[in-house]
Amino acid sequence: MGKTNTAVSKALPNKLPKKGFGHYLKRDIYLYLLLVLPVAYFILFKYVPMYGIVIAFKEYNIFQGVFASPWIGWDAFREVFRSDDFYRALKNTFLLNGFDMIFGFPAPIILAIIINEVRSVRYKRISQTMLYLPHFLSWVIIGGIALQIFAPNFGMIDTIIKSMGFKTIPFLTEKWHWLATYTGIGIWQSAGWGMIIYLAAITGIPSELYEAADVDGAGRLRKIWSITLPAIKPTIIILFILNIGKISMIGFDRPYILGNQQVKDFSDVISTYVYRVGLQSSRYNIATAVGLFQSVVGLVFLSVTNWIANKSGEQGIW
Amino acid sequence: MVYKTSDKVFNIFINVITLICVILCLFPVLNVVAVSLSSNSAILASKVFVWPVNLNFESYKAILKDSTMIWSLVYTVIITLVYTVIGMFLTICAAYPLTKQRLKGRNAIMLMIIFTMYFSGGLIPDYMLVKNLHMLDSSWSLILPGVLSAFNLIVLKTFFTSLPESLEESAILDGCNDIGVLFKIVLPLSKPVLATLSLFYAVGKWNSFMDALFYITDSKLYPLQLKLYQIIVNSQTVDASIGDGNMSQNLLPESLKAACVVFATLPIVLVYPKLQKYFVSGIMIGAVKG
Repeated sequence: MGKTNTAVSKALPNKLPKKGFGHYLKRDIYLYLLLVLPVAYFILFKYVPMYGIVIAFKEYNIFQGVFASPWIGWDAFREVFRSDDFYRALKNTFLLNGFDMIFGFPAPIILAIIINEVRSVRYKRISQTMLYLPHFLSWVIIGGIALQIFAPNFGMIDTIIKSMGFKTIPFLTEKWHWLATYTGIGIWQSAGWGMIIYLAAITGIPSELYEAADVDGAGRLRKIWSITLPAIKPTIIILFILNIGKISMIGFDRPYILGNQQVKDFSDVISTYVYRVGLQSSRYNIATAVGLFQSVVGLVFLSVTNWIANKSGEQGIW
Repeated sequence: MVYKTSDKVFNIFINVITLICVILCLFPVLNVVAVSLSSNSAILASKVFVWPVNLNFESYKAILKDSTMIWSLVYTVIITLVYTVIGMFLTICAAYPLTKQRLKGRNAIMLMIIFTMYFSGGLIPDYMLVKNLHMLDSSWSLILPGVLSAFNLIVLKTFFTSLPESLEESAILDGCNDIGVLFKIVLPLSKPVLATLSLFYAVGKWNSFMDALFYITDSKLYPLQLKLYQIIVNSQTVDASIGDGNMSQNLLPESLKAACVVFATLPIVLVYPKLQKYFVSGIMIGAVKG
C-alpha cells in the first residue's frame, strides 16, 4: 500500500460530511459479504470456547450442561494449586522448553552459517532440501522412527554403540537420557527449517562488506565472526526474545508421543496433563482451570517479552 | 575464481560438515526404510543399517492386504482435501476485504482475529464446543475446528496488500464489483502464494494427530496418523478384526511397524521435493509480519 493512498483515505473522511454506517455498508456490501463466514468461524470456534472458560468456575454436571451447573468459585483453582501433579507438569513444561532454548536455539544459527559457506550452489541447494525434510514429518512418524532407531538390542543407535564397545543406553526409558533424546529429536526436526530465516538475513548482507574485508586480507572465519554474525544479530535477538515469550506454552504432540510411563517424571507437561485430567478422567473444571492458567501466563510472558523487544529497538510482533 | 590454499582447506572442511549434517538428517529415515524391507532374522541380529538385508516386501504386502489401512489412507486424503478447500476459501474471503483501508470496522476485525493467535479457551472448552455441536466421532470434528488459520490469513493479506492497486481500479471502472475484482484480477495474480498456503493447510492436516485423538473414538474414523500411533506406539495389531489379515502373528512387528511408518510418510516425501520452494517462499512472506 503506497503512502499516498494511506494519506488520501485518512484525509477524505474529515472533508466529507459524516455518514452513517449504513452508507458504508451499502458501498462495501460485497466486502462485508465476504467477511461473514470467516467472522462467523472466529466467533463460533474461537470466542465461544473462550466463554466456555466459565467451566473452570462450575461443578460441571453432564446432565445439566454448562449453563445450569452450579458455580463453585475458585475451588477448582485451589485444588489445582494443591496438586503435586500440576506442579510437576508446570516444572516439566519449563524444563523441556528450557532445554530447547539452550540447545535447540543455537542449532539453526550454526547450521545457517555453515550452509552459507558452501560454495557449490548445487550442493548447497540439495543439502538444504534434505535438511528441511524432517520438518514435514508428523510427530507420530518421528515417534515411530525414534522407537525404531533407539530400540534396545537391535536398533540402529544401539548397534553402533555396542560395536564401539559401550553398554546399551536407555535413551527412551531413563528420564535424563530421555530428556537428551527429546531435545536431540527436536533439533533434528526443526534445525534445518529454522535456518531459513537466518539464511534470508544473511542474503541481505551487502556483498561490498565481504569484498572490503577481502581487500583487508580477512580470512573466512574472520568474515563470519566480524560480518555475518553481527549482521544477523538483530534476527537472533528478536527470535530469542520471542522464544522466551513462548516458554510457558508447549505443544501436545511431541511430549505426548515421545513420552512414556517410565519417564513421566519429565514427560508429563501442561498440555498432556490437561488431556489426562480433562478428557481421560473427565475432571472438566480442573482441566479448564489449568488451561486458563496456562493461557494467562502465556499471554503475560508474550506481552512482557514483546515490550522488551520493542524497547530494545527491534520490531516486536505487535 | 581462484582460491588460496587455506580457502580450499576451509571449503573441504565446510563441505564435510555439511555432509555430516545431511547424513544425520537422513539416516534415521533410511534406517526405517531398510528395516521395513528386511527379514526378521536380519533385524534381530542387528544387521540392518541403511541397506535392506534379505530384501523382501512381506510387510508392504501385509499392509496392502489390510483394507482398514487402505481405507484410512483414502479417508485421510479426503479429509485433507476438504479441509484445504474450505480453509483456502475462508482465508481468501477474509484476507481480501481486510486489505481495504476504506472498510469500516476493518481494524476491529483484525484485532479480533489476531487476539485468537495469543489467547484461546483451551482444550476442554474446545472439546465441549465440538461435543455440543454433535461433531464427536464425525469427520467434521477433524475439519471445522481448525479450518481457518489466522497465520495463513495474515500471510495472504500481506501478499494482497503488495499487489498494485491500479489494476483493481481499472477493473472497477469497467464495472466489476469487489467480488469480481477478487476472482478476476487478484486471485490469478496470487497463484504462487495460494499454492503455498494450500500446502500449509494440507500438510498441517495430513500430519495432525491431536484432534483425532480427542474427538474420534470410532476406529473406523481413525485418520492415518492416529491409526499409525495405535500401531507403532501402542503396538496394536494392524487389524485384529479381519480374519484373513492375521499377519501380525506371522511377522515380527518391527518390520511391519517400520513399513507402516514408511507407508504414512511416502505421500509427503513424494510431493515434497517439487513443492519445497513454495514452503520456503511462504515462510518468508509470513516472517515479514509474524
